[in-house]
Amino acid sequence: MAEQREGAGQLSEHPDPNEHGHPAKEVHQLDRVVIRFAGDSGDGMQLTGDRFTSETAQLGNDISTLPNFPAEIRAPAGTLPGVSSFQVAFADYDILTPGDAPNVLVAMNPAALKANIADLPKGGTIIANTDEFTKRNLQKVGYDSNPLEDDSLAGWQVHKVGLTSMTVGALAEHPVSKKDAERAKNMFALGLLSWLYSRPHESTMAFLEKKFAARPELVAANKAAFAAGWNFGETTEGFAVRYEVPPAQMAPGNYRNITGNTALALGLVAAGVRAQLPIVLGAYPITPASDILHELSKHKKFGVTTVQAEDEIAAVGVALGASYGGSLGITSTSGPGVALKSETISLAVALELPLVVVDVQRAGPSTGLPTKTEQADLSMALFGRHGEAPVAVVAAQSPTDCFHAAIEACRIALTYRTPVILLSDGYVANGSEPWLLPEISDLPDLRVEFATGPNGEDGKFYPYLRDPQTMARPWAVPGTPGLEHRIGGLEKADKTGDISYDPANHDFMVRTRAARIEAIDVPDVAVEDPSGEAKVLVLGWGSTYGPIGAAARALRQRGINVAQAHLRHLNPLPKNLGEVLAAYDKVVIPEMNLGQLAQVIRARFLIDVVGYNQVRGLPFTSTQLETMLEEVIKNV
Amino acid sequence: MSNAVPVQLTMKDFKSDQEVRWCPGCGDYAILAAMQSFLPELGIPRERTVFVSGIGCSSRFPYYLNTYGMHSIHGRAPAIATGLSVSRPDLTVWVVTGDGDALSIGGNHLIHALRRNVNLKILLFNNKIYGLTKGQYSPTSELGKITKSTPSGSSDAPFNPISLALGAEASFVARTIDSDRKHLQSVLRQAADHQGSAFVEIYQNCNIFNDGAFDVLKEPETRDDYLIRLEHGQPLTFGADGSHVVTHPAGSFGLAVGEAAATDPADVLVHDAHAEDPAYAFALSRLAGPDLRHTPVGVFRSVRRPSYDELVRNQLDAAKAKAGEPEQDLAALLNSGDTWTIL
Ligand SMILES: Cc1ncc(C[n+]2csc(CCOP(=O)(O)OP(=O)(O)O)c2C)c(N)n1
Ligand code: SF4
Ligand SMILES: [Mg+2]
Repeated sequence: MAEQREGAGQLSEHPDPNEHGHPAKEVHQLDRVVIRFAGDSGDGMQLTGDRFTSETAQLGNDISTLPNFPAEIRAPAGTLPGVSSFQVAFADYDILTPGDAPNVLVAMNPAALKANIADLPKGGTIIANTDEFTKRNLQKVGYDSNPLEDDSLAGWQVHKVGLTSMTVGALAEHPVSKKDAERAKNMFALGLLSWLYSRPHESTMAFLEKKFAARPELVAANKAAFAAGWNFGETTEGFAVRYEVPPAQMAPGNYRNITGNTALALGLVAAGVRAQLPIVLGAYPITPASDILHELSKHKKFGVTTVQAEDEIAAVGVALGASYGGSLGITSTSGPGVALKSETISLAVALELPLVVVDVQRAGPSTGLPTKTEQADLSMALFGRHGEAPVAVVAAQSPTDCFHAAIEACRIALTYRTPVILLSDGYVANGSEPWLLPEISDLPDLRVEFATGPNGEDGKFYPYLRDPQTMARPWAVPGTPGLEHRIGGLEKADKTGDISYDPANHDFMVRTRAARIEAIDVPDVAVEDPSGEAKVLVLGWGSTYGPIGAAARALRQRGINVAQAHLRHLNPLPKNLGEVLAAYDKVVIPEMNLGQLAQVIRARFLIDVVGYNQVRGLPFTSTQLETMLEEVIKNV
Repeated sequence: MSNAVPVQLTMKDFKSDQEVRWCPGCGDYAILAAMQSFLPELGIPRERTVFVSGIGCSSRFPYYLNTYGMHSIHGRAPAIATGLSVSRPDLTVWVVTGDGDALSIGGNHLIHALRRNVNLKILLFNNKIYGLTKGQYSPTSELGKITKSTPSGSSDAPFNPISLALGAEASFVARTIDSDRKHLQSVLRQAADHQGSAFVEIYQNCNIFNDGAFDVLKEPETRDDYLIRLEHGQPLTFGADGSHVVTHPAGSFGLAVGEAAATDPADVLVHDAHAEDPAYAFALSRLAGPDLRHTPVGVFRSVRRPSYDELVRNQLDAAKAKAGEPEQDLAALLNSGDTWTIL
């Protein structure tokens, strides 16, 4: 084993401090910790955070993570725009957010410190890589003097660690280049943090073996770096205390940690399996949606075809063409892509074919803040088409919920033969949390029937004769003998589907298309109001679920009543929503936009609502929502 | 789905019950009639034939054929047809488009369908005008063309659709004319037989907004001097009694037209539609001038390379060969990666 090499530290397969002759350090129990790993884009902070998360998951803590990427792929090294970070919150109870603020900041260079220090509350812990705090690097980010040496960080607990030099030292005997040795410093940091929070390290060892399978010397070097970090924690005087966060009470079952984008892609695969239909994804790469394309392209064995199209318009065209042919056509993108797809979505409305359009929202308008989150595409999803072109709209509220939201979007698309827009956003897409793996048999049965013969009483085939229950027209796919027919974007006569310019028919068809969407069966919205005495309802949709839930929980713990409801279905709205809203004196709607849901609620239900809006490219903090809600509650 | 069984169909079987609504005298009628009478000979059941079109007069085409069909949106037919074709290898998919539809709003989709070599038969009805929107110039209208939107003459240089298709890596490129049913059908036949994208430019007369655009290729007095009929393996000879020939002058990139009498017969080019190097077909596509003199018609290029559909299907089939029961595979997929169990 690499760990046993000389100079590689004392970590063995089952680290036990006493075995190595060091006095056991004091262990403190914590219920919740938030760590932020921050460094240069090239420092491997996403990977480090991922590994720490995985180790933590193995331990049974509840987790929530939030990566934060720079917009540039390779901003100049050591600069503020090049800082990449990964925040992970873990606790011995179920948590809803990755934490408002970190307790621990790992700063791999001065830029990482400068970019993140404002978020770290006084008293928090900083672990800084002293090797990178050179005069040049400090100047690059505008530090006149070294913050590790002046007293500007007096309010925090600072651990100055030569991460790079110690890693290089630990790997002196390893047959790797100096560059590769330096690059392993993230594993040193991970080892140190894993020791500090008593994380199991087996999954990281296995991960390294797989990742560097082709280069055994790198497996050994990275393992050794990890072990060196671990052992440094154990031996240095600098860290007097070690922490433990006991496992959370979680429902029994099998778990894995999963990001929203992966969960969403797997939901689409699952929908295909449960519908027994091939899936065709048309997509054009765009942050933060590309990972859905990447993930789905791996699942060909489930009959998933992915077409990386020439543009967003082609991507949705491919999906629609596939749906016409009897596949489940899907397209995934972000806001700018949805804008381009608009005309084709309207065609799908006219054609009444299944189509799922995934919008992983990012901050706009235009390129906006492409790596930052926002919920500002709701109005576009609801209304952003020409003509009266209603579509169903559903939203995912958390990383794992993306799986179920995807299945729900497919259910509606297939059952009602309509385009469905599925709204996710950068926050849930890139964030992760433990996922209690579902039983396949518990997932809805999505099988549909294609038309096989005439549907008219006169023995003829009518392409626009509807199912009285679902108002869906027959899905008569090419290849079916006897059902040859033509469809298109021109207005169609009811039942026959022939071109019709008749005014009364157009009026009828427009109303029918609206009624079709209104008639979609969606579950009632649930209200969480444990005391039953709340006067204020906080209503949300999409990714605000975590921070709103955490805020509501915090208020209740302080004896303040608040009711919470969260919308999965934005169109049609749940049938009981009017009643729910009417039951409260005040309705508050926090949104990461300027009040798009609030506008809909006001218009539909003629009630005033209090909007709470923020468009900073960042999720709400639960503290900020707690303060705001408390204020509203005080004033009713 | 099973392979095509030869079926006995007639022209009547392919006519839909919809009233044809083009202007009387429009070249689209002739193309439709040629198509309806040609389709039966393919022996493909009607239900396996799909016509996808964009928007334009030409794009009304699918309504008049009793097959499956979709009249989609402006310029997007190649994209929609790509989704259909790649997911349904059992179908024969035709795309019907116009010069505005294919080369202006839908230019991107056209070139990418061709480069991918999607199994589509793409028929571009080129009338060098926007018909449906009543007469604006199009990307194939000549420089200086006077139309409603260019009262002082167009300042846009036109595309040469054949050159464009060749530049987009098309594996089958042909040109024909609405009024010559025999030639049209022979080109359609070759297009239908082609695996991969088949691009066919059809010169079509819009007698309302651009009447007579191709008359020189049709009138008995001029056509022999203007048209060069391409036949694979045949010398490039044209004109009354074979008066003219096409040669490749030494030291030139392009081709030239000369008098047969003044040319060594050994220097007359023999048409090779299967030439690997597209430079030859490209040079052919540049022979005609703006006055249409020396317009080649027929198949410029027909080469075999794997279609996108095939390549995608091969990957799917290889993956599916390793698949088990779908729900079990799905359970395994969900349970992959670092998992843990809470008891
Ligand atoms: C998005 C969009 N833009 C514009 C139009 C209007 N439009 C319809 S057909 C057409 C041009 C058609 O020209 P062409 O493709 O040459 O077809 P033709 O009518 O000549 O057969 C235009 C501009 C449209 N239908 N959709
Ligand atoms: S406008 Fe021109 S192209 Fe359109 S139908 Fe009339 S003649 Fe044909
Ligand atoms: Mg035209």
